[in-house]
Parts: sequence; structure tokens; C-alpha cells
Amino acid sequence: MNDIVWIIVEAVAKVLFLVLILQLTAAATVYLERKISAFIQIRVGPNRVGPWGTLQPFADVLKLFLKEDIVPKAADKFFHSLAPIISLGIALAVWAVIPFGDYFMIGDRKIMLGVAPDVNIGVLYVLAMTSLGVYGITLAGWSSNSKYSLLGGLRSSAQMISYELSMGLSLLAVVMMASSFSLNDIVAIQEGWGGWKWNIFLQPVGFFIFLTAAFAETNRAPFDLPEAEPELVGGFNTEYSGMKFGMFFLAEYANVATSSALISLIYLGGWALPFSPEAIGMQEGSILFALLQTLVFVLKVIFMIFFFVWVRWSIPRFRYDQLMYLGWKVLLPLSLLNALVTAAVIVFAI
Amino acid sequence: MSLSVLLFGILSILAVASALITVISKHPVRSAISLVFHFFMLAGLYLTLNAQFIAAIQVLVYAGAIMVLVIFVIMLLNLENENKLKSKYNILQWSAFLLGLGLVFLLGVTYLSTGTGLQFAPEIAANNSTAQALGKALFEGYIFPIEAIGILLTGAIVGAIVLAKKKLS
Repeated sequence: MNDIVWIIVEAVAKVLFLVLILQLTAAATVYLERKISAFIQIRVGPNRVGPWGTLQPFADVLKLFLKEDIVPKAADKFFHSLAPIISLGIALAVWAVIPFGDYFMIGDRKIMLGVAPDVNIGVLYVLAMTSLGVYGITLAGWSSNSKYSLLGGLRSSAQMISYELSMGLSLLAVVMMASSFSLNDIVAIQEGWGGWKWNIFLQPVGFFIFLTAAFAETNRAPFDLPEAEPELVGGFNTEYSGMKFGMFFLAEYANVATSSALISLIYLGGWALPFSPEAIGMQEGSILFALLQTLVFVLKVIFMIFFFVWVRWSIPRFRYDQLMYLGWKVLLPLSLLNALVTAAVIVFAI
Repeated sequence: MSLSVLLFGILSILAVASALITVISKHPVRSAISLVFHFFMLAGLYLTLNAQFIAAIQVLVYAGAIMVLVIFVIMLLNLENENKLKSKYNILQWSAFLLGLGLVFLLGVTYLSTGTGLQFAPEIAANNSTAQALGKALFEGYIFPIEAIGILLTGAIVGAIVLAKKKLS
């Protein structure tokens, strides 16, 4: 019984820490987005609140909390409130299986870095959760009882269904290589060869398909049709205000962080180092080494977040038929072919 | 009572409750969402049986794909209260009720005829429901049915596209 109590304490502590970190990451991403977009458009960006405007996201959140919460008269009240909760909840839930490093030891106890990173269905869980994210947006669009919201919600569901397939199939190739669904195992096969064993080099086609699908799944430009301002006002969140709007906003940036973390883990080697821990005088399982691994991972995630922002402010939005054409006629056959070739190489060449 | 049995009980009650809401609710979206919740509870039940793979697939396929499509259709057709449709389907409702009673009767007979009753055996599920075990069973023991299902589904997709396309060029 003592063991169960310890497991529960560990899990609760990890979850609280993770939720806090994720909210801060989302806030930091908002700041980064505004600063980088300003740089790209030769503006200054936020520079009034705090040094270099770093406290701007906190001021924004405070403002959202103080705003009046307006619910349209014709809206379905229950689902109108439920939708942002689903969006943010699912964006956070994905992080249950995402590891930031291998493990460290406290006495005899092996502490994994992550809430439950060693479950044997990690990749499937991630796919299942991201496929549920569409409910938040769809319900928001429907329950608002407004044509702009409904169109935004419908677009987003169609888009997410279309890109999920190619995303899953490109992951399938990696899963076959690792012969495991666990994200820890997927990182483990990328260790060695001085970094050339990263899946981005072994699975370049899969990487580009996953990257494209990740942009579509997070509803970010160039695939941000669900919230295309010129045609749909604000898209699915048109009728939202106050912190409910803020929750969609946070969910979007949490999803960007999730996608960045997944790309880093699955294709960019995660925390895998090109040398053994002994080479720099550290021990596997020590807290210092775990910190180094986490640092490597976090740097990759930050780079990917930067990449997401960079693409958003550089590439114009797709037209809707182009989006569907790309998803069904280009990415899907390509990812099937990629999975087939990977399977053939594994069966016949190794 | 162990922790897993307790969890099993809670999840079962929630699963039955959400299934009831799905059937009773007059509101199509409410029905659909409580069905999604029901699938989650089912996935939880699979987890108490140590069948993680089946649980993940349950959420991925049913909650993540099929129900999204159902909600999509409800929203596109803008289905309102089903009260208007009620009188038409009276006979269907009664036959469904009778079929349900038949199922309960059948399950009861099966339960009584096993003698020992049903047992909670997560170990058996754990060994037979990993991705490896399922893959081996499907592609070694049941390769013909798998291929047959594949051909059937391909036929269905081609048929759907032909029907949806107004005129073939």
C-alpha cells in the first residue's frame, strides 16, 4: 500500500509541475510569436510591459480574466462552455506520455522524466488525443449558433480528419523501425552514429509529411483556414470572449509546443546525445546527466517553436481545395509509399 | 476489494449511465457527445484489464474518427429535436426494445450455464492483447479473413465514391 501512495504522490507532483510549465511555455510562445513576427515585419513588437516586453503575455492573460464573458443568446450554453475546456484539456493531456529525458535515480527509485513516458502505447495515445482535439473546435463552432463559427468548426474537422491519416502513417514507419509504440524506445534507437541516426536522416520523407500534418493539426498558417480572418471573422472562436477565448488561445500554443516536442522526440533524436555519458565524466542515471538531457531536448523544442512561428509569418494561407488536394492526393499516397518502402527495407535488408 | 475492481465498478456505472443518456436524450449532439464519453469509459475498462492497445485503439478509432464523422453529419444537416420524427419510428422502437430484452435473456442464460460464473482475469487479457500478440494472431492465424475484409472495405470505398460523384467522365 505504501508503494501505491508513493506512486500517486509522484504522479500528482509531476502533473502539477507539467501543467504549470506548459502554461508558462504557452505564454512564452505567445511572446515569442509577437516578437518574431515583429522582427519579420520590421516592427518593434511588445516593448512596454516589463524588460523588452517580456511580461506582455501575463498582462494579456490578466486582461482576458477581467473581460466580461459574453455568451450569445441563441447559443447552447452547456456546449459553449464545454468546448474551450475540451480544447485546453486535451492539449495538456497529450503531455502524459511525453518524456523530457531518460531517468534519474533517487536511492533505489527510478524516476522517469515525464508523467508516464514508459507506457507501451505512447505513440497511439498521442494520436488518439490529437484526434480528439477536433471536438473542442467543432463543438465551439456548432454551439455558438453563428454561421462564421459553424463554417470554421466544419473546416477544422474536415482538415483534421484529412491530415490525421498521413500523420499516423508517417509515424507507422518510425514505429516499425523501433518495433515499439513507446516514445522512450523511439528516442533510444536514435542514439549513436554521432547524430546521423536521427530519424530525420533515416526517414526524411516521413519527417516532411509529419511536419506538414503537424501544421494542419495545430490549425496554424499556412493551414489556418478554420480561423481565416478575411472570410470568417475569427472562425470557430468568433462568439467567444474573456478567458474562454483565452483558453482556445492557450490551447493553440500548447498544441504548438506539443507538436514541437513530438517532432524533436520522433525525428530530431529527442535527448539522445552523440556521446556516452562517461565521455564527459557523468554517470547514466545521475541528476546532472538527466538535466543535460532535458536541456538538449528543450533547446530542440524551442527551435521547433521558432520554426512554427517563422513559417506562419512567411507563407500565405492555402486555398481550401489546395489544402484538401495536398492532404488526400499528395501526402496520403506518399506516406503509404514511405511506410511500404520502410517495411520492405526492414524485412529484406536487415 | 482491490483498486482495479473498484475502478472497474466506477467505470462500469459511468459507462452504463452515459449509454443511457445516449439513448434517452432527444438532442442529437448531446447523444453523440455522451456516446463519446461512453467510449472513453469503455477504454478505461480495457485499461483495468491491462489491455492498453485495445484501449488506445478504442479511443483512436471510435471516439477520434467515427464519432467525429457522426458529429460532422449532425452539424451539416443541422438536425434538431428528434421529437418530430417520433411517430414514424414507433414500431422500430418497440422491436429494438424486444431485441434488447432478447440479448439480456441470452447473456443471462450464458452466464448461468457456465456454472462457475464470470471471472476477473486481467492476466489473460494482458498476454493476448499487446500489439505484438494481436499482430501475430491476425497475420498468422487469420490472414485470409484480413485480406477479405480489406477487399470488402476497398469495394465499399470505391462504391461510395461512384455514388457520390454525380457523373463519371
